[in-house]
Formats: sequence, structure tokens, C-alpha cells
Amino acid sequence: MQKLSEAAVKQINEICDRHINDKTPLMMILSDIQKEYGYVPIDVQEIVSERTGISVAEIYGVVTFYSFFSLKPKGKYIIGCCLGTACYVKGAQRVIDEFCEILGIEPGETTEDGMFTIDALRCIGACGIAPAVSINGTVYPKVQVNQVHSIIDEYRKMG
Amino acid sequence: MKIRTNEQLDSVLTSCTEGLKNKMEGFGGKRAVLLCGGTGCLSSHSNEIKNKFNELIAEYGISDKVTVNQVGCFGFCSQGPFVKILPEDTLYRLVKVEDVEEIVKTDLMNNQVIERLLYVDPVTHEKVQKQDDINFYKKQKRVALHGCGTINAEDINEAMGYGAFKGLQRALSMTPKEVIDEVLASGLRGRGGAGFPTGRKWSFAYANNADQKYVVCNGDEGDPGAFMDRSILEGNPFAVIEGMMIAGYAIGASEGYFYVRAEYPIAVNRLQKAIDQMTEIGILGDNILGTDFSFMAHIRLGAGAFVCGEETALLNSIEGKRGMPRPRPPFPAVKGLWGQPTVVNNVETLACVPYILREGATEFASTGTERSKGTKVFALGGKVNNVGLVEVPMGTTLRELIYDIGGGIPDGKKFKAIQTGGPSGGCLTEEYLDEPIDFDNLVAKGSMMGSGGAIVMDEDNCMVNIAKFYMEFICDESCGKCSPCRIGTKRMLEILTRITDGKGTMEDLQELEELSEAVKNNSLCALGQTAANPVVSTITHFKDEYLAHIEERRCPAGTCKSLMKYRIDRNKCFGCKLCARNCPVGAISVSEYTAPGKKKPALHIDQDKCIKCGMCRASCKFGAIMKG
Repeated sequence: MQKLSEAAVKQINEICDRHINDKTPLMMILSDIQKEYGYVPIDVQEIVSERTGISVAEIYGVVTFYSFFSLKPKGKYIIGCCLGTACYVKGAQRVIDEFCEILGIEPGETTEDGMFTIDALRCIGACGIAPAVSINGTVYPKVQVNQVHSIIDEYRKMG
Repeated sequence: MKIRTNEQLDSVLTSCTEGLKNKMEGFGGKRAVLLCGGTGCLSSHSNEIKNKFNELIAEYGISDKVTVNQVGCFGFCSQGPFVKILPEDTLYRLVKVEDVEEIVKTDLMNNQVIERLLYVDPVTHEKVQKQDDINFYKKQKRVALHGCGTINAEDINEAMGYGAFKGLQRALSMTPKEVIDEVLASGLRGRGGAGFPTGRKWSFAYANNADQKYVVCNGDEGDPGAFMDRSILEGNPFAVIEGMMIAGYAIGASEGYFYVRAEYPIAVNRLQKAIDQMTEIGILGDNILGTDFSFMAHIRLGAGAFVCGEETALLNSIEGKRGMPRPRPPFPAVKGLWGQPTVVNNVETLACVPYILREGATEFASTGTERSKGTKVFALGGKVNNVGLVEVPMGTTLRELIYDIGGGIPDGKKFKAIQTGGPSGGCLTEEYLDEPIDFDNLVAKGSMMGSGGAIVMDEDNCMVNIAKFYMEFICDESCGKCSPCRIGTKRMLEILTRITDGKGTMEDLQELEELSEAVKNNSLCALGQTAANPVVSTITHFKDEYLAHIEERRCPAGTCKSLMKYRIDRNKCFGCKLCARNCPVGAISVSEYTAPGKKKPALHIDQDKCIKCGMCRASCKFGAIMKG
């Protein structure tokens, strides 16, 4: 892995300082880092550890416990297929299977070109338009298996 | 301006009430356009619709005659996005950006109702103009959802025009003990699932002396298919904060924490805005309304772990640790957040509290059943015509919920079961449809209230597959701390996978039942203790489906792919060969049988070649191809 730039180290320290005076700030620090960088690798955890005095072991334990935090970078487009019960009973499993088959990856994985990550989501609360797929925040309602190809193409064209 | 006294609050409330009333009743000929700003409708471009309204209203120069307002969730998600016109109360549904111009020109400028955008009743096929006349809304009563779909959730003045802080004001005029007694008298029970009496929880924390106590609001709504907490936070965050403050006053806490899923950005944002606005006018802060009571509210975000909905796991998560449950006792009311006495209440529970203090315990308890008072919000979803968020009095029957409010099952399919309580709950079948909904009755019938997910299933849903779906979820979300849950759920998932793959045995079924018992009795927290419920309940009500999978290697609903077979009913087949031409793998050929009265021999599917794509069934014009 590339060594972190000085600017990045500075920014991570700034994020730590934002919360350091709160009681037990670790989750908030990690949330902000995840939001800003898209992942929380080990060397970032080390910087957080130095700044906060929390051991790397404990930080790593927290990072790997919650599905929101990721050790690896995610794709440019994150395809979130809702697998909440309402979507599931309306065929969401077939939709996510189709995404996986076309892109050749499993849920949670990223394509080699770094374009797509497929995530299985637990209810995004769009039950009225089930099955729903959310790609970088844009929600596709009532997705049918035969639409999946064109949805992927749409993003491939955008590059 | 800071509000420091009761008199100041009274005068602000009066002027806000007047302002909101004028808006709703069209004072001075000014009409109001209300748009749903819940997550569901925003996904369907509600924001673009709002922008288009603003643009066109300016363009046609009617800005002085019309206001555009974004409000909370209307609840009727399958018909969103909504546009409501006041004071006429005309409700347009499934509105698209392209429809806005017509609404502006025809309705807003010429006072003509646009028929094609009105709701059509799925049973009578009649068009309905006003929201209150739609069957979906008729049997509902809004207590926890008070203000949702009516007020702008980002404007404290609208909240104060709709009853906000009156409950807090009354609570502060009472002693903490009196407040607890009032909540006890109301019969309010925790809406997060377990149904523990809220007043009793408070009295435990009240009885424990400590320098610092906390109120925590559980907004980690993880049950897949449930979104009532999100909609309440998005629709009226002020009420939830007010409820938290009343709880704080009652137990002697000066700080509160909201723990909300990171997946709910709109809810978090509106909650923060509400906290800021309340702090600005001094309703939150030191010496509230001139009393000794001070209160601060903070937000902490969840990070995608279902187990954090369990109260002790949630406390660990706020403390920056892995969200694993703690053994109880000690209960949080004795030793909770950072070791201090803490009350953990669900969003919907806290949203009911201001109502109880404002309207009185007797009024709250006037709805409901003997042991379950008030109302309950359900997220009605799945195979039902009217998907959405509904709040009904306790004691409403499942039939009323599914057929009167939900409008029945789509496409003329047959009702099979309703699943309540999510991964911790169970299924209820047709014979239970007339059972009243309340905490104890649902448990007695083998399910549970849970947080309020209510998923309707029809004949196309395989119940073994549904049990597997929930077990997959639980297995994935088990925190791993205790072995009965960690290993037990994994083993149960393996067995269920074998059964749905057509490799199950009768011993598997027996082992599944034994494991269910073991996991239930030996797990540390409610996640494990209830993990087997969907399995037990589906085995109880749908044993025939399990047996069909095991003994006949058949999935009656045709859902389990490995077991699915397409068959041609040779007496219905006309031998037209359309299916054979559509089959991508050439699995269909002519058989030697010709049905009586038919001219050509029937066709036949070679099961070894069939890839179960369903093309044949879709192409058959005579309905002669069946799956299952």
C-alpha cells in the first residue's frame, strides 16, 4: 500500500481533533474518515491510535465489527441492492444475482477496474417501490431482472 | 429570541398555531401546496417536483397566492410522490415532474381538479379527491405520527403551531414522580418490540441516585422492511426530542443521546436541525422555562450493525466499542451508559410521550385493548396493494390492516401469511386474520409485535425460503459473543439451505427443531433468543411445505430455484410449439400423447436440459405450462 501523504495525515489528525473532546469519540472519528476517504485501512488506524491513545487492536476490532466501515476502497459506483423483506418477497434476490453475474463479483466485492462495488443492503425504507436499487444515492424503483443490463451500461458509458 | 417563561411560550405557541391554521385554511385566499419529503418520495423525485413548482409559480406570477411546503411522510408510499393542495385537501398521487405544469395551470390558477391524478380505489374503482376519504387513511389514528405529513419538519414554528412543547410545559409543572405516574397510567409500552411498560422503566432509573443519568433514544431501526422510526424522525423530530426531554425530567437526567442509523441521512439531518432550533430558542439548554431543569441532546450514528438495536449493545456502541450486548442484570436503569443509570427508549415510544402529557393519560388510554393502550405504527409492505406506513389503534384486526387499509392482495392472488416482528417474529395465517393486534395476543398466537414491520406474503412466496432469508440475516448479524447464537444460527442456516436445495432429510427437520430450542434458551440477548422464531413459526403453520421440499423434492410456491420444475399440462397443450421455439436450450420436444379433442400431440419438457428460465411459460398462450 502507498504511504500516506503528509496532507492526508494532517487531515486525519484534524478529523480526530474535531471529536477528541467528546466522550468516547472513536465511532465518530471512524465515521468521518469512512465518509471522507471511503475506507479505513490499517495505516490510517495507526494515525488515529497515536492521536487518541486508543490501541490499534481496539480500533481494528471496531472497524471490522461494523459493516459501514471498510478496510478496502470501494468502487466508483456503489450498487446497493436492497434485500429488506419487502424487496425480497418481490424478487430482489434475482435482481442482485443478475448484477453479480454480469459484473462477475459477489456482494461486498469490487470489480477489478474499480468501477463497481455491489452491496447487499438491509432495507433502505423504499418499500413502496420495491425492489429498489440505489446507485451512489440515485434510487431505481421496481427494478426488474431484464433492466439490470441497461442500468450497468448507463454507468459504463459515463465512465 | 429566547423563551424563558411559560407566558412567553404560551404567546409564541398561540401565534404559531394561528399562523399554521391560516395556512391550512387558506386565509386571505392563499393556497398551500404540500409535498411529501419522506425518503420514499424523495427517491421518486419529490425534490425536483418541488423545484418545478417554485419555478412555475414564479413564472406565472402567482407567488403571492400560493406557498410551496415540504412536509413529512404521508405514509402511503406505494402511491408517492404526493402533492396535496390546501385548503381544498385535494390529494394528487404518483405525480411526475411533467405533471406540475398542469397542476399549476388547471388547479392552482383555474380551480379545477385534475381527475387523472386522483387516487383510484382498487376495489370500487372510484376516484377519491380528499385524503381523508381514502380507505387507507380512514381507520388510522395519528398519535406517534402526529404532525407527519402536515408540518414542515425543518421549521420549529410549524411544529409549535401543531402542539409542540405543550406536553413538556405541563410535565415541568408537575413533579418527576407525577410525570412517571401519568405515563404509567397511560399504559404506554415500549414500541421497539418487547413491550415493557415505559413508566416502569422510568421509575427504576428514577429510584437510582446518581450524579449523572442519561436518556438514550434507540433509532437503530434494523428490522428489514420497517421504517416507522425513520419516518417519525423525518416527519416530526421535535416530538421525539420533546419526549426525550420529558423522560429526562422524569428520571433526573440532563443529557440525552440519539442513536440513529447512518443509513438515514435525511432523518439525522432533520434531527440535528431540530436540536439546533430548539437550542436557539432556549427550549433545550439550561434552566428550561425558568425551572431548574436543564437538558442537552446529542446525536450518535450507528454504523450498520443490527445487534445495536439491542439496548446494551447500543450503549457499547455509543461508548465507541464493538456493539456487543452485555449480560443483564445489571439493567441499564441501574448501570447503563458510561456506568450511569440510563433509560433506553425507542423513537416511537418517545414520540407518544408528548401526546400523553399534552392530552392526558386517560385520552391516550381511551384507544387500544385492555393491556395494550394507544396506537401502533406498522410498515405495511410486501404483497399488498397499499404499501406504506400506517398507524392504527391497538386492537385493530389483521384483516382490517391487510384488506381495509392495505387494499388486499394485488393481481387477484391468494393471501398466505403476514409476517410481523421481522427476524424475531413469526408468520400468521388466514385463520388468524380476525385476531386483534396487541402485544400479548400476537405473542399468544406465535408471532410478536416487534418494531412494526408487517410483510404480507401471497401464494408465490415459499415459507421455507422466507425462514432461510431471516436466518441468513440473523447469521450475518450475530455479533459472535455467545456460542449458541453464533454457531446455532449458522447450523440452522446450513440445514435450511439443504432443505431449499432439495437435499434435506427428515432428521434435518428434527434437528432444526432441537436447535431452535437450544438457541432460544441459551443465547445471551434477544437477537439470539428470538432468532429461531421465524423457523418455529413456519414449521408450525407450513409443515406441509417443509415436507414437500424434503419428501417430494418440490417447492410448492415455485420459489426455490434448485427445486423448481416447469411442466406442461398435456391436456391443456394444443401442440403449437411456440414454447419449443422460445426455449433457449432446446429442452422442449413433441410427446406421443394427444389429448382428447386436440389435433396435435402435446409437448414435453426434458428436465435434464431445462435451465428454468421461464421463457416457455411466458410464451404459452393457453396457460398450459405450470411451475412448482
